[in-house]
Amino acid sequence: MGIIFQRPSSMFPVHTHYCAGCGHGIVNRLLAEVIDELEIREQVIGTAPVGCAVFLYNYLNCDMFEVAHGRGPAVMTGFKRVHPDLVAFTYQGDGDLASIGMAEVIHAAARGENITVIFINNAVFGMTGGQMAPTTLPGQKTTTTPQGRTCKIYGHPIRVCELLSTLEGAAYIVRSAVNKPQNVIKTKKAIKKAFEVQMKGLGFSMVEVLSQCPTGWRMSPIESTRFVEEEMIPYYPLGEFKQPKV
Amino acid sequence: MGELKEKTLLTGNEAIAEAAIKAGCRYFFGYPITPQNKIPEYFSKRLPEVGGVYLQAESEVAAINMVFGAAGAGARVMTSSSSPGISLMQEGLSYIAAAELPCVIVNIMRGGPGLGGIQPAQSDYFQATKGGGHGDYHLLVLAPSSVQEAADLTMHAFDLADKYRNPVMILGDGYIGQMMEPMIFREKKDKVSIDKSWALTGAKGRLRNLIRTCYLDPKELEQHNLNIHNKYKAMKKTEQLAETLETDADIIIVAFGTVARISKTAIKILQSKGLKVGLIRPITLFPFPSSEISTMANDDKRFIVIEMNMGQMVEDVIIGAGGKSEVHFYGRTGGVVPTCEEIVRVVQKIAKMES
Amino acid sequence: MSEDFYEDVLMAGYSGQGLMFIGKLLAYSAMTEGRNVTWIPSYGVEMRGGSANCTVVMSSRSIGSPVVAHPSTAILMNQYSLEKFGSCVKVGGFLFLNSSLITQKGKRGKIVTIEVPATEIAIELGNKQVANMSMLGAYIAHLKVVSKQSVIKALRLILETEKRNLFKINKKALEMGCEHIESNIKKQGAF
Repeated sequence: MGIIFQRPSSMFPVHTHYCAGCGHGIVNRLLAEVIDELEIREQVIGTAPVGCAVFLYNYLNCDMFEVAHGRGPAVMTGFKRVHPDLVAFTYQGDGDLASIGMAEVIHAAARGENITVIFINNAVFGMTGGQMAPTTLPGQKTTTTPQGRTCKIYGHPIRVCELLSTLEGAAYIVRSAVNKPQNVIKTKKAIKKAFEVQMKGLGFSMVEVLSQCPTGWRMSPIESTRFVEEEMIPYYPLGEFKQPKV
Repeated sequence: MGELKEKTLLTGNEAIAEAAIKAGCRYFFGYPITPQNKIPEYFSKRLPEVGGVYLQAESEVAAINMVFGAAGAGARVMTSSSSPGISLMQEGLSYIAAAELPCVIVNIMRGGPGLGGIQPAQSDYFQATKGGGHGDYHLLVLAPSSVQEAADLTMHAFDLADKYRNPVMILGDGYIGQMMEPMIFREKKDKVSIDKSWALTGAKGRLRNLIRTCYLDPKELEQHNLNIHNKYKAMKKTEQLAETLETDADIIIVAFGTVARISKTAIKILQSKGLKVGLIRPITLFPFPSSEISTMANDDKRFIVIEMNMGQMVEDVIIGAGGKSEVHFYGRTGGVVPTCEEIVRVVQKIAKMES
Repeated sequence: MSEDFYEDVLMAGYSGQGLMFIGKLLAYSAMTEGRNVTWIPSYGVEMRGGSANCTVVMSSRSIGSPVVAHPSTAILMNQYSLEKFGSCVKVGGFLFLNSSLITQKGKRGKIVTIEVPATEIAIELGNKQVANMSMLGAYIAHLKVVSKQSVIKALRLILETEKRNLFKINKKALEMGCEHIESNIKKQGAF
């Protein structure tokens, strides 16, 4: 019997620290598989965010930056202007990208920076214990919205894909999920396409991945996949919002 | 006269930018703020001419992070701003110092705090020399007092940044930035090759490189801090720079930047009135030339620290004097620049005082 | 240059009258004659309101402050500048006024006021933009801080790259400003 599934070679042979049922574990692996398939491990540079994925560099075997909260797109702008021939990606959570880093990602997209942003949207600030995030759903309970998010007081969630799609510099914007096998396969395809868009020099690409956060949501892993399916996807529809102009 | 024919008339801002290009800087990320706008404008014209990249960032926060990225990529990179913008860069500077990345930052100081004013001030001395951002780190800080020196120190700054893998700041003010003076770009004699094998360039034919600042294990983080501080110890030993005049005088003015040049004129006037006054002009504000002060300090000496702030460098002079000398302070702030005549009167008054 | 030389001059007018240009021209000329020089523009609030001014210091010694609270000379191109800067010239100093645009000249004791119909001279030459050069010509003819030759040489160099065709008219305006002073000295003796 041949090997049908194994750790991608772009990943270090270590255990990841993510919680059981967390989307990060899946996406880290998909990212490494794409890097393997595109054979770009020696040309790719990524940023690890402040968030649960802060130790991304312990798992991915490629040149990596650890950057300040939200600043990934600015750092990779500076990096990519020096090395336009290398492949640059940021990996960010929803606090990192949609809260403190909102300006940086919008402007990187507006400038059409040839970088790829992997945006892990779990509607909560995971690492710090489960506080409200800019993508927390109306009515969603978090440690800072114990009665559920009241939009009148705390504002409305931000749909980042829709927002960035309005920008000329954004070439490929897609939202996906990893709550069931079909979506996991689609997410991998999206990540691969995003990197290809970058490598063709077509502009800014972003893959938003709706992700389970059992710990942050105080749910079991199974319940959390259901939360993505029944609560998140209706609010954050999946699909390609912008396609590259070839 | 022959030497003068080669001189060129440039503003401090332009001289700094051109000096950076001559030092091999090919990347500039910045944001407009008075009174340093000529720097990004100059770069926007010149960098494309030399195959470099100029990019206006969306904020100073973004700019300093772009610097982080380009520095991590192994390039010589600069940013510039003025006081309120430099405040926005503090997080980035802490990260750059912690990641041990080289870069040059220019602060053309203006009156503060808050939005303040746009006239010259020296009120960012503390911010520049004592940290500014969080954590135990320092910038190497250079303070020019003329357009010529601004250019020379800029070229020196890039070498220091690479040598120590540390951010270096050029601390100027609106006069130095905006005024034109004759100057000449000195050709660099020996190009020192710097090892940048730590840079992120794609993990081809080597182990991957990691640029990080997070060390959750306290012992590891302590060691990281000790390593960084060894660099500051080395800087203190070999990089201190100061100009000194007539240091055998009993009254010594201590001043930097624009105030120092105005003081020099005041000293000449005092001399003509029969009062001998010396000058210590720190050029490196970090490492501060405290050894100059401490060797000079004794019962007879009086230091008069003159600054465009409410009293910042004076603290370092007091520490340097170690209680052996009186240290007086005279300051103007908010964008008010002391006149030569004012300084003469202040020194005369202090000279008359009983010990 | 063994003698002790020091001159400072403030030049003010409205934005677009070319004050920065003649200031730089003067600074450059003095530099070629071996002087230490500084030139600094005003970047105060008044800049945004449409006025422009700069200060030039020329000295045989190294220069302390590039900004002078009470300059020895002020060259003022419009009424607003006179109102703002007329009284800051030090006692025994000089005021060069563009009499074409300054109608209310006021009175100042112990300051020599020299009127130059700079804008009229410029209009006569066909371009009111060169009024600034006439004022500069008057200034250097009267106070002899730099030679006319140095200024013309500097003018050629500065205009060389972009605006060669403007050289002639600028030079003429400069010379007419000089002539205005020289002929008036002949007429009236000293001012």
